[in-house]
Order: sequence, then C-alpha cells, then structure tokens
Amino acid sequence: MIEATSTSRRKFLQQIGYISVGFPLLTSCIGEPDPVIATRVDYEGSLPGSMRGAKTVNAWLQVLEDGSIRVLSGKVELGQGIRTAIRQVAAEELDMELDMVEVQLAETGLTPDEGYTAGSGSVPNSAMSVRYAAATARQKLLELAGEKLKTSFDDLILFNGSIKAKKSGDSLTFAEVLNGAQIDMEVTTPVKIKSKTEHRYVGKAVPRTDIEKMVRGEQVYVQDLRFPGMVHARVLRPPGYKSQLVKVDEAGLATTVSGVIKTVVNGSFVGVITEKEYQAVKAERYLREHTEWEDNTSFPEQKELYNHIRSIAEPSSNVKNEGDVTAAFQGNSTVKATFRKPYLKHASMGPACGVAMYDGDVLHIWSHSQGIYPMRNAISAMLGMEVDKIHIVGVPGAGCYGHSTADDAAADAALLAMELPGKHVRVQWSRTDEHTWDPYGSAMIMEVEASLDADGKITGWKSDVWTDSHSCRPNGDAGTLLDARYITNPVQMKSRGYLAGGHRNADPYYAIPNMQVNAHFFDGPLRVSSLRSLGAYTTIFAIECLMDELAEKAGKDPLDFRIAHLTDERAVAVIQKLREMTAQVTLADGEGLGYAFSRYKNTAAYAAVAARVAVDKATGKVAVKKMWAAVDVGEVINVDGLTNQLEGGMIQAASWTLMEEVRFKDKEITSADWNTYPIFRYPDIPEVEVALIDRPDLPAEGGGEVSMPPSGAAIANAVYRASGTRVYELPIGVRKV
Amino acid sequence: MPEFTLDINGAQKTVETEPDTPLLYVLRNDLAINGPKFGCGLSQCGACMVLLDGRATTSCMLSVSSIGNTEITTLEGLVDDNAKLHVVQEAFVKEQAAQCGYCLNGMVMAAVDLLNKNPRPDDAAIREALQFNLCRCGTHARVVKAVKRAAKTH
Repeated sequence: MIEATSTSRRKFLQQIGYISVGFPLLTSCIGEPDPVIATRVDYEGSLPGSMRGAKTVNAWLQVLEDGSIRVLSGKVELGQGIRTAIRQVAAEELDMELDMVEVQLAETGLTPDEGYTAGSGSVPNSAMSVRYAAATARQKLLELAGEKLKTSFDDLILFNGSIKAKKSGDSLTFAEVLNGAQIDMEVTTPVKIKSKTEHRYVGKAVPRTDIEKMVRGEQVYVQDLRFPGMVHARVLRPPGYKSQLVKVDEAGLATTVSGVIKTVVNGSFVGVITEKEYQAVKAERYLREHTEWEDNTSFPEQKELYNHIRSIAEPSSNVKNEGDVTAAFQGNSTVKATFRKPYLKHASMGPACGVAMYDGDVLHIWSHSQGIYPMRNAISAMLGMEVDKIHIVGVPGAGCYGHSTADDAAADAALLAMELPGKHVRVQWSRTDEHTWDPYGSAMIMEVEASLDADGKITGWKSDVWTDSHSCRPNGDAGTLLDARYITNPVQMKSRGYLAGGHRNADPYYAIPNMQVNAHFFDGPLRVSSLRSLGAYTTIFAIECLMDELAEKAGKDPLDFRIAHLTDERAVAVIQKLREMTAQVTLADGEGLGYAFSRYKNTAAYAAVAARVAVDKATGKVAVKKMWAAVDVGEVINVDGLTNQLEGGMIQAASWTLMEEVRFKDKEITSADWNTYPIFRYPDIPEVEVALIDRPDLPAEGGGEVSMPPSGAAIANAVYRASGTRVYELPIGVRKV
Repeated sequence: MPEFTLDINGAQKTVETEPDTPLLYVLRNDLAINGPKFGCGLSQCGACMVLLDGRATTSCMLSVSSIGNTEITTLEGLVDDNAKLHVVQEAFVKEQAAQCGYCLNGMVMAAVDLLNKNPRPDDAAIREALQFNLCRCGTHARVVKAVKRAAKTH
C-alpha cells in the first residue's frame, strides 16, 4: 500500500505552489492514476570530496521504520538554510514528499566527518553527496523490491516511501523492502540521477521550516539548551593575549557573590561555575576587578598599522607568474594604486555558548562549532583524552560568518565540565569577550599595477598582497583552541593556518597575457582566522577599483571594458544581466552608480554587483541606496535560500565597507561593544535586488560568500562617480570622501 | 532569595531569584522561555526585547525587582490559544525573513509595537522603529517587507 497523503502535507504542497505540474497527489484508492515517474540519466562525473571518507549509502541516508528517510550530513546549520537544501535533494531523488525526509546534522559518531561548514562548500559537498547516495539507494531499493515482489524493474514504481508493482498492485514500504537492514553498498559512478528538467523541488523556492520554529520561540539554538541540574559558568579572559595570571581573589568572590559552586584556576585559565547564570555574570565582573595579571604587551599605534604590517612581513613569495610583467610594463602606460583594509569582526549577534557534561567516561559537548570532528581532535589534544571518549553534538548558534568563538566556548565548557563530573556546565560568553577575543578577518594591503596598450587592452598585471593567515581553525593541534594557550603547560598554535586564503582572487579573472602575484605574509598583532570570503573581499576590492580606473583611462564604459577582457561566457552573462537590471536607473544630484565583478576563488560562482550611492557634499557622508547582484552558481538548489544569502552578503559587505574597523589603543582592543564597533542599522540598509542565472546542467556551487567580494568595490566605484574621490582605504566612512 | 510574581503572557508566574537579576535571565532560565535572546547585555542590540505593557523594551538590563505589575509579553505570548501566529510572526514566515534568526525575536517585538502605534507605516517609519535592532546576516530588507505585509493584514 502506498501511504495516503495527509491533509497537512497536501496543504503544504499547495502552499509551495511551484510543484503542481505533472505531480498528481497520490492516494491508495484504486482507480487513482499512478504517479508520473521522472526519467533517470547517468551521472558520470566525479563524486564530492565529502564522499571520500563516507563512501556507503547508509553513511548518508537511513530508512526509518515508518518508511520515511533520515539524511545524515556532517554540516551544521549556520542560518544558510542547508537543512532545507539537503532535504530537497533527497526528496527529489527518492520521489518523496519533503516532510518524509528528516535531516540529521553534525554529531560525532553519527554523521559523516565533513570537516568544516565553510567556504561555500555545503551544497557542492554535502547536498551533492546526499544526491548520489539517495539516487543509489533508489536503484538498490527497486532491485530488492523486484526480487521480493517477483517482478521486473520496468513494472515497479517507487514513490513516497513505497514501491509498487504495477501489474499485481502489490506494494512494499522501503522499510519492508529492507527488513531492518540499511543499504551499505558503496556509491560509485555512474549513478542514475533524476533528469534535471523533471525536478519537483530542486531549483524551487522551498521555504525553510525552521523559521516558523524561530518565530514561535521554540528551542533552536545551543543557547536554548536546558538540562536538569544544569549549572552556569563564565570564563575570566586575561586583559591581553600575552597576560599571565598572578593572583585571583577566590576568597573575596565567595563572600561577595552568591551561588558560586567552583572557581577553576588552571594556569592562566580562570573559570567560575555558579548555580544561576546571572551569578556567573556577577562573579566574572568581580574577578575582573580582583585579579592580578602580569603586564601585557602593547599593540602598534592604530594609525601606523599598515606601516607596521609592511615592517613585519616575511620576504615576499611568488604565487603566480605568467608571461613577463616587467616587459609588459615597459613602453606602456601603467596605473598603480594601493588599497588597505582594516581588521574586521565576525560580530555575531549571539556571543558564543557551549555546554558540556562529563559522565565519568565520556565527555559530551553541545556546540555551534563549524567543524565538530576537527574540534574534537583539538579538545582531545588539549585534555589528553581519547577521541572516542568525546562526543559532540552540533547545535545551531547565531550566524558566525567564518571561524569565530564557538570552538573556544566549547573548550571552556569542556575544561569546566571535567572539574564537575555529572553536571551539565553551560558557558556563555559576554559581548565584550565576543568582540575582543574574536579571531578577526586580517587587515590587508594590496598593491596593484596594470599596463594598458594603445587599444585600451590590459597587457600586464601585478598584484602584491600583505596578509596574515585566513584560517586558524581547530585541528589536532591543541594550540588552535584559545584555552590551550593559557592552561598549565600551555601550547601555542604550531602552524600559521591557511595562509593562501589571503591571496584568494588576487589574480584577476580577466584574460591578461602577463600576470604576477606576490604574497607578503605577516604574523600580525591581532588574533585572526577565517572571515566570510577570506582575502577575496580585499583582493577584489583592489582589482575591481583598478579596473574602473583603467576603463576610465582607456576611455571605455566600465562594463564594456570588463567584458572586453573576459573569455568566459558565464562571466559575461552575469555582467550583461547586471547591465539590464540597472539600465533604467536614474541618478539624483550627488549620486553615483558603480559596478564590480568576480568569480569566487576564480573557480566557483560568478557575481556581478552594482551599487547606487549618495554622497552628501557638505559632510562627505556616504549612503548606499540600492545594490543589485546578478549571480550564476551553476545549478540552483533553493532559489529563495540562495537569494537570501546573496542579499545578506551584499548588506554585510556594505556594512564592512562603510563603517567597520577594529580599533585598538596601547594594550587594549577598544572595539568592545556595538557602540565602539558600529555595524549597519536599519536606516543604513540599501534596497537589494538579486537575479539568478540557473544552469541546472552545471555543478552546483555554494552561494554563501559569493556576493561579498564585488560589493565593496561596487560601492567604492559608485562613490567615485558620485563625488570624484577615489577611496583607497576602508572603511569609506565619513572623513575619506 | 526573594520571590517575584510576574505577569507573563497572560499568566501569573512566581520566581525566586536575586533582585538585581535582569528580566532576560528570569525569562530564559527560571521560566524556560526561548523568545528573548542574550545578545549583548548592554541594551545595544535589541535581541532580548519583550513587550512591557505593549512597548518593545530590552530586558537584559532591567532588574526583575523593577517590573512590578507590568504586563510582559514574549514571542511565545504573541501566539494565540489556538496556536495561530500573530500577523507579524506569520509575515516573517511568509517572507522567510531570517537567516540565523537570532535577532528575529527583537525585530518581531519592535514591529508589533510599531504596528500598534502606526498601523500603516511607510518604509522610513519601519526603519526608524527597528533602528535599535541589529542583524548581522543582512536580512533587513526582508524584515521590512515582512512588516509591510503584516501591516496590510493587521
């Protein structure tokens, strides 16, 4: 029997509104037509990287007793809507209704190890792994059902959790087909996947179901976890990165703040566990005033930051060298400029939180980390505990936009839980700690120089990038966790992390015969790691601003000039689309329209962005009125999820571009709250408009970071058109125009 | 520890806590209410907003002892007895006006307050009313659309 469609499902499907064509809602009544089953085509391309460590179907997908499906993904929900995208892909291949597919996100021991949820990689890795696993499962289920129902493949219809023999009318649920087993065969190509022209869910605007949970105030976030007898804790961070603990006044704390269960002092790590959360807040406040630390080192002067960076950089390393740039520059006129970007914060709305409980054997941790398996290795190294004695459950936190403080909060909770076995210990970071201990996006300098020939063609290009690391994420090195650097027998991070993220997109995507890129790595004064789009926001800012200068020098329209240097028709198509979107724009006095383009990582998704800005002539104040993005990510999985990411990327990048900068003075990071590190508020927000070019037959690239790199340059180019002033140093702010 | 009786979402709730405890901690920890979120504890971001006698107010610096008989409404209290969402909540779902959703509570609270005072706000009025609410994901444009949608059905 094929399960009848419930009213709620039918209603839901009606609400989506997109998927009615050729999709009769099925009931078990005799006389109902059989559903039209889409054709399958062989996929013979490569399998996603995530499948290397998880090759079998059951690593990704399990059939539950009621015939529904549980998909297992090693990725975490960061607000990007990955749960929905994965559900769409699985339901699509298995011809099921969406609500018959549940998605289990990252948990050690349960889901595949997919490393970090980062780099716009969740769709190309996790969702695509699920696609091939589900498609393989479908073939296997049909094969097994054919044996059980004693009929041929052609006679079978697989639909919504059941397989029916057309001739006899007999049917089996997936669970009956498998009889308690799971499909443990390896996924190998060719895989029979659904023809993309017949998709019901993929490529559509399927709404996220978690947004209703959010508006109802249901439990969504790690911050919402409550366990019986749970206790609260805060950690007293040192006054500076290098401070060493001298003395902490535990006796005074006990008489001043009630509810203190335990103060944990381990080297220079100080944590306090209390019965109630606000007691922990008060305890931390007390300890901040009553703890002695060894002196901390000073930061360089803020206004000398970029000179400081140059002074501490390692000798340059050549990243790319094609043709002969020196020769190209000789005899041609060149344009040269230097661009600067300050340290930027992740600035998550929710300070980090972690919960841990040591049951005497296994340490359980609940965390909003972007990579629970790599974090487990780091915590294992820090505690000297076997990896298989650490169990980590990924739970959503507030959006993080790269490697922020989640792992450090989990480490805090782990250290404290080990001191109080049997109790769930919840550690909540303060806003000040979140702002001042965040591993920032590196400050950067980019020098660019390009030569133009007499026909207005670029003949040579040279990029020089000064950058710190762009990923110091947790791994088997305990020093990747903050706490490990302060406990007894401290360990510092052994490597410098992912340096190459700094010159991401430093080589223009344009067809230029002679090109050279050099990287000047430095180990800077502030803690750094990966921030959304890594170095690409700065490298594209520099490249696309210079492209406008070059276009002007060549006497060309800025979009025509870019197209004249592109050989990739997908790149040209997003620029043409953007031109169309902005063709009717009329500018008021003091306004300007600017453009920029990038292909993320030079290998992934394409984005062309335009910005309309208004510059107040009297004050120099810049307002971004509207932004447009024309984007090609290849195959689109969820139209609305992708659009939401692209809109948000433009707005966040506009905030970076106009107002953000981490400030420090003497020994202190002074950007410690929302007043001292302002970000966009509602009156600052531009209108946003996104157009997608869907290419179902091309690989699906992620969209989380794609709109950010060109957004900064589009704004700066618009400011130039509005005011005649070129901005070379971010943030554009008030004073620079 | 002293006891405080609070009027929350139409019911009287008694909690035992230190008098300086901010309302946010009482709601989240003593009463297991998830709606209001801890964002800064400095009354700068709006994530912890609740309605106090109908006015959107941050709860992270407001001591429980100062509440008295004030009527407190949280996100949960906007849902009616039949589990039907408030028009503002409904509009946020329809417009898919969230990414991580952590700031959503405060946005909904500020929007409800606005629509009670000004049932037909224009863009500028919406932006002004929500200016105390920060969002890092950049969902602002969708939130403005959601508030407009709610205004139409209010």
